[in-house]
Amino acid sequence: MKRTLLAPVSRGTFLKYSGATIVVAGLTMAGCKSNDTVNPVTVDLGTGDTGILNYAFLLEQLEAAFYVKVMTSPYSGMSAAETTILSEIRDHELLHRDFFKAAITSGAITSSLTFNFSSINFSDRTSVLTAAKTFEDLGVSAYNGAGKLISNPDYLLLAGKIVSVEARHASAIRDLLSPFSASFSGDDVVTADQGLDGAKTPTEVLTAAGVYVQAKVVFDKLPTT
Amino acid sequence: MFLINYQLLKRSEAMNIYKIIDEIGKTDPEVNERLSRRDMFKNASSFGKKVAIAALPFAFGGTLKKAYGGSKGTQETIVEVLNYALTLEYLENEFYQKGIAAAGLIPSDRTVIFTQIGKHEAAHVAFLKTTITALSGTPVAKPTFDFTAKGTFPDVFTNYQTFLTLSQAFEDTGVRAYKGRAAELMSNDAVLTAALQIHSVEARHASMIRRLRGEKGWITGKTGTPAATYAGEDNVTQGGANVTTLGYSADIATQAFDEPLTKDATLAIAGQFIM
Repeated sequence: MKRTLLAPVSRGTFLKYSGATIVVAGLTMAGCKSNDTVNPVTVDLGTGDTGILNYAFLLEQLEAAFYVKVMTSPYSGMSAAETTILSEIRDHELLHRDFFKAAITSGAITSSLTFNFSSINFSDRTSVLTAAKTFEDLGVSAYNGAGKLISNPDYLLLAGKIVSVEARHASAIRDLLSPFSASFSGDDVVTADQGLDGAKTPTEVLTAAGVYVQAKVVFDKLPTT
Repeated sequence: MFLINYQLLKRSEAMNIYKIIDEIGKTDPEVNERLSRRDMFKNASSFGKKVAIAALPFAFGGTLKKAYGGSKGTQETIVEVLNYALTLEYLENEFYQKGIAAAGLIPSDRTVIFTQIGKHEAAHVAFLKTTITALSGTPVAKPTFDFTAKGTFPDVFTNYQTFLTLSQAFEDTGVRAYKGRAAELMSNDAVLTAALQIHSVEARHASMIRRLRGEKGWITGKTGTPAATYAGEDNVTQGGANVTTLGYSADIATQAFDEPLTKDATLAIAGQFIM
């Protein structure tokens, strides 16, 4: 998982977008020093349940943007079955994105986040499906880890309705990469001894996702319990 | 019908129900007026004594929901939800054990898939038992299962397609069942998180089984067998709004959100497979 998510963004690519002089890939959301002449967009997720909904909104924007790009320039040799699967996943993620956009009526983050997918070779099947696997597994672990941070049971149910769809995606993508193997719920993502899927904190998730997000994401006010 | 099948499970639950009433009564005296034992038995009495014991938790469950809006549960509630989950995991675990052991049922090049699923279901059984015990609860005993559902699926362990049909039904039911009761675990962060971690594993399983059957990994509308497993999956209203109005087809709208099942609906499905 870290292979892809923490892959450093090339300096050239980053400079193209931000005009920054220093790149710190991975851990920091922005990777820019305070004396930069061009500051990136700052996105503050906020507090409480709104903060968690914004967190989900950000991740759905990331996934939607990824699959839109996948289907805008399909990799060579994409089969009809794969086209159907990836198109439907794209539409699910677009709907998730648009749902959060409509549902967060106050304090919503921008719906126009931009992303840097330069580490992904969109013409290569393995590169695309490996990235898809990473995003889906990350989404599952993000929702699983965020459940306990939600106060309103209606929001918890909504998160539950979405996370199992992300897990269905993850399973299908993994099966495309390693057909008819144990990978769909492999020991690398589901613990072999207890049969538990991943659950990550927002810090862990946003650290992993940060390399793709063209914004400084402020998430220090999210609930922690 | 399934209420009688669930008698053993329910008897132990009924014990817990009295504990819950006592606990709630301590903090909210009004609850004893609202939930007088006479009222609770009034509806159940017409079913006869044995069934009354079995049916009581369901009647009470509905009442509790009204009284407390399904809000955060007590430790007794958490144990009850985990025992409910344990019953479903018992069912899945034994189902895959029997399927894997049935000679000639699963094609050899698909065995690795069912071995992986079976490993998880066994782990879930062990994990839930340990968790229930750690919460000072008592794990329910494993029911006796009839995977033919009294002859409805007579070739479940000799016909791979039938086996797949029920595999899918059990996995999709599991996803819906965990989802439907997550809110009752909100008072315990560790238990809620673990339940969510099991929930998404069941969804991974469901997606794979569906694809083995030539289906999509996700649920379109309420299509599936048995029908009760998919009732309500065609819902397109999320957060109070019809999400098709955002510009999506009903197929995409239903695929993109999995729906919960109530306890009663889940037990009605599972009850068909319990002796």
